[in-house]
Amino acid sequence: MSAPGETVDPSRVQALDPDQLAAAVAAAQKSIAGAADLAALAVVRTAHVQGDSAPLVRARRELGALPREERADAGRRHNAARAEVQAAFEARLAELTAERDTRVLREERVDVTLPPARRRRGARHPLSSLSDRLVDVFVAMGYEVGEGPEVEHDWFNFEALNMAPDHPARSEHDTLYVEPVGSGRLLRTHTSPVQIRSLLARPLPVYVVAPGRTYRNDAIDATHSPVFAQLEGLAVDEGITMADLRGTLATFAEALFGAGLSTRLRPSYFPFTEPSAELDVQCFDCRGEAARQPCRVCSDEGWIELLGCGMVDPNVLRAAGVDPARYSGFAFGMGLERAAMIRYGVREIRDFVDGDVRFGLPFGIED
Amino acid sequence: MLIVMSWLREYVPGLPPSRAIADALIRAGFEVEGLRAVGGDVSGVVVGEIIGFEPVETKKKTVRWCQVRVAGGGAISDGATGDESTGDGAAVRGIICGALNFAVGDRVAVALPGAVLPGGFAITARKTYGHLSEGMICSARELGLGDDHDGILVLPPSTPLGADVASLLELADEVLDIAITPDRGYALSVRGIAREAATAFALPFDDPGLVGDPGLVDEPGLVDSPGLPPAVTPDSGGPGGSGGSGGASAYPVLVEDTAGCDRYVARVVTGVNPAAATPMTWARRLALAGMRSISVPVDVTNAVLLGLGQPLHAFDRAKLRGPIVVRRAAPGETLRTLDDALRTLDPEDLVIADDSGPIALAGVMGGASTEISATTTEIVLESAHFDPISVARTARRHRLSSEASRRFERGVDPALAPVAAAAAVGLLVELAGATAGPGVTDLDHRPAATTVSLPLGEAERLAGRPYPPQTVLRRLADVGCTLAGHTSAGGSSAGHTSAGRTSAGAVVDSVDGAVDREEVLAVVAPSWRPDLTRPADLVEEIVRLEGYDTIPVTLPRLPAGRGLTAAQRMRRTVGRALAGAGYVEVQTLPFVPEDAPDALGLAADDPRRAVVRVANPIAEDAAYLRTTLLSGLIAAAGRNLGRGQQDLALFETGLVFRERPGGPAPVTAPAVDRKPSADEITALDAALPEQPRHLAVLLAGRSEPAGWAGPGRAVDWADAVDAAHLVAEALGLTLTVAAGEAMPWHPGRCAALSLDGRLVGYAGELHPRVHGGVGLPARTVAMELDLDALLAVAEAAPPVAAPTISTYPPADRDVALAVPVQVPVADVTAALRAGAGALLESLTLFDVFEGEQVGPGQRSLAFGLRLRAFDRTLTAAEANAARDAAVAVAADRLGASLRA
Repeated sequence: MSAPGETVDPSRVQALDPDQLAAAVAAAQKSIAGAADLAALAVVRTAHVQGDSAPLVRARRELGALPREERADAGRRHNAARAEVQAAFEARLAELTAERDTRVLREERVDVTLPPARRRRGARHPLSSLSDRLVDVFVAMGYEVGEGPEVEHDWFNFEALNMAPDHPARSEHDTLYVEPVGSGRLLRTHTSPVQIRSLLARPLPVYVVAPGRTYRNDAIDATHSPVFAQLEGLAVDEGITMADLRGTLATFAEALFGAGLSTRLRPSYFPFTEPSAELDVQCFDCRGEAARQPCRVCSDEGWIELLGCGMVDPNVLRAAGVDPARYSGFAFGMGLERAAMIRYGVREIRDFVDGDVRFGLPFGIED
Repeated sequence: MLIVMSWLREYVPGLPPSRAIADALIRAGFEVEGLRAVGGDVSGVVVGEIIGFEPVETKKKTVRWCQVRVAGGGAISDGATGDESTGDGAAVRGIICGALNFAVGDRVAVALPGAVLPGGFAITARKTYGHLSEGMICSARELGLGDDHDGILVLPPSTPLGADVASLLELADEVLDIAITPDRGYALSVRGIAREAATAFALPFDDPGLVGDPGLVDEPGLVDSPGLPPAVTPDSGGPGGSGGSGGASAYPVLVEDTAGCDRYVARVVTGVNPAAATPMTWARRLALAGMRSISVPVDVTNAVLLGLGQPLHAFDRAKLRGPIVVRRAAPGETLRTLDDALRTLDPEDLVIADDSGPIALAGVMGGASTEISATTTEIVLESAHFDPISVARTARRHRLSSEASRRFERGVDPALAPVAAAAAVGLLVELAGATAGPGVTDLDHRPAATTVSLPLGEAERLAGRPYPPQTVLRRLADVGCTLAGHTSAGGSSAGHTSAGRTSAGAVVDSVDGAVDREEVLAVVAPSWRPDLTRPADLVEEIVRLEGYDTIPVTLPRLPAGRGLTAAQRMRRTVGRALAGAGYVEVQTLPFVPEDAPDALGLAADDPRRAVVRVANPIAEDAAYLRTTLLSGLIAAAGRNLGRGQQDLALFETGLVFRERPGGPAPVTAPAVDRKPSADEITALDAALPEQPRHLAVLLAGRSEPAGWAGPGRAVDWADAVDAAHLVAEALGLTLTVAAGEAMPWHPGRCAALSLDGRLVGYAGELHPRVHGGVGLPARTVAMELDLDALLAVAEAAPPVAAPTISTYPPADRDVALAVPVQVPVADVTAALRAGAGALLESLTLFDVFEGEQVGPGQRSLAFGLRLRAFDRTLTAAEANAARDAAVAVAADRLGASLRA
């Protein structure tokens, strides 16, 4: 490159000669015309149109080296040459682009219905998803999640829940005891001990739900399992009533089965609640209408037994250091397997613990 | 509890159809498990008389060709059915019968052609054993009367000939199956359900169990009117005085343990006719209620048990030796119970004894030595009340649950003993021709009834709707409560004293709305409701009888919650991350066999050998709790492989159970009438095993699926390590990986995973020995983490510090290092990072190989270093200097050399 004011080197400025420019234009046009596709044209663009080493680009740099009186003419010639090449390039670019769009891309067609099969599929366990979903209903109401161990002490599992050692209800629990015998250790038979743990660990008022695994001495078959999941709920505050229990459970049943189903409370018995009740929800499938029966979901009962509940027994409150004259509370507990079996149509409770991937996969990450 | 509806209707006249009763009982808290109609489909069965028969020999046995008169004197009696086959006037039918238990002159139930038996079984005339048999002579079972099929049903001689058997025996009936909750012992009787049914329909109820109630004195009818267990028959003399002092004693009884037995009534009957048969209607009722008819005395005790709820025991008086003594068993004493088991008694067992020693387990089962038999003519009837806990313990200790123990455990009405005894005596007199012995032994040590202070507003406080005083009092009266008085808020006592107890119902009118809500009622629960001891118990009765459906629907006003804890939220995150990365969550059973640690090849001192055993396991080969999630994952993988699923990526989160060093600390359970102290809670927890939450994955087969694009990729150790990183990254943590050696992993392919210097798990390929044990394919890989440990660190971690993003171009430099093979890559990268300093943005290992070119004992590691400054474009000299510094540190620390 020649800087202004330097001595002009005739060999360097000859690139601006009309003949030289014409030759460069001819060479460029030939290459442009010869470019077979867009990739080749891109190479030509570098070599002849815009690249640092393209003859016309190089020639432009020499303009300043010309004597002042020659510059204007040379500049005009050069511009004309460049415009000619640019036009040829753009014409060819348009031509080749059109061709690509009409032919080449079609020829590159693949069968997009081929399965990609790049990833393994995964899934969460339906009881995990269901538990989260139900817990979220209560968390949205302001509840917190309580926890407790699965190997539990008799005091938490029974005694503090108003089940003294000879309580007849204990025989219904089919408890699995943990050695050494007499140590008071057992596999919790329900999530209710978390009621006690929550009341002991938290300041009043207490609003908690507690999902978790529970255990009974049942051999596994289609409808029984020694291990099953429960969801416990507890509200202890001043002025809590059974009306609050009804409202809370109605909200909950709606979250589980959808709106528009009625619920009913039936008197029942649990040692740790008084009064006690069971909650039935109208069968979401037949809605109790004989016309839609036989009903697989409710066995034509029209109602689905959903959970046990009641007002926390004053003895339970006392064992947890709560004054039953000032505070009252409600509690409920439901089996998640049963809810999942109803919700998803699971036929065998065994499927929940077998770990067969074919059972788990359809549930995905969110059910 | 099976309730025979015809029986219930006798207790409560005017009840609506059974379906309505069932629905009302459900509403009152009785779980109806079924309502079954019985006998309604029997027709065309008439009373016939055997007028003659001849034996017919067949290949297998002898049958009889019988001549049966089915209508008196050739005419059809009024009671006969309109069946056409009898309409032709054929008074005598020829019928083949396989039974032999009848004689000429016996009256029997004959199903004539056209008759229908239970289950829609139609009878026709058919040719058999060379004769045309015109019908069938029925057994009790064939009529739906129970299980007896040993022979045909022989009816009493007075049964009218030609009468319709279905109506005669009241075959058509309904049976309600009710599940009784453990607190409602009174409902284990027709009496108890009758009170509930009467209350539900506001019908009057004359409780046959009440002392002094005239009751329903049985009529002498035999078949047509089975009657009820009469309350107090005129000849029974009514209940004896307390302590047996008020009247003549029936039989000498000494109650040594009045806590275990606070009421003992004994009655004697003599002259029992051993040949007496239980009337069919009674046998039928017992059968429908689930009991077999045995003999009149046994049936009578069962009838009273079912009707009134009082367990009775009948001793053969001839076999008793001296006075009856109620006491605890002496050490080493034995008793042969009625089920023919010889039982060694525990000193806590309450027994009935005589001079010969124990003769019955009180409230549970009688003994063989004094059992009544087919020749018994004199009976001592025991009608007692035993301590529920004592009976429960004895029943559990001897694994002996009986109708009696089931009731005593749940509470029997202690006031009922003399009433029930009188009822049984009355029935024995009526049905077995017995004579009631003089006198009643009644040893009454019942404690005084307790009074429950019930604030009138308590039901409203707990149920959330008003209950007017009249409602409260009426419902208490329905339950059977009485009022000992009521106190105004000021504390002044008004009205009734304990001496003048009044039925709560009687007070309803007197209060007439004047009782204000602040008042406190002194309520005495009825003798049959030992469960009503606290205000809440009475509230349940009031609210239940008013109907739970009358409770309004409201929501509590909660204080703002704090949402999930960080750990709870992160557990979900981990589960979602793994599922998103292609792992399937499983939840396996936590029970493992004793040799589970051996199957995993765990070392003798491995902490995962600190197993906890279930004392009463479901199966002996699953008696222990898992100490690692791998046992369950391997088993689940085995099930999948057995079902043809070869490519597996499973994960599980859950608790593992490890005994604390030194075993469980002995602990005394705190009292339950107060809050336990912090020390007491700590001691309870210290008695439990450690139960950390773990997370584990297992991969087998291919990690990337095979398909049209290629054969996929087999899993390898790195998948397991990657899973650990995935979990850690989901929690915002960085795991440190080092070579590890722990079973069940391959000793050369096991990564020890640490967090802040603490070991938190392992990942890698499973040891080949483990594959052999459970049939997993070779190169199966697994990872297990102490999730709680990760969560604890993650919870405490500060928020992420955002990086400064440089907008200047990077400078990329590659280096190939020759490094001794035993040097872990992790050390090399650490050295390079240290050497390159702050300019190093990222470090990528892009090639690893060993071979001749590198030289023996060496391997080549090729890294790409991306260098960048955040305030300028790096010069070539700066980038090279950083690269050289990185290599220098690697050379210095690890003997690495730059390859040409």
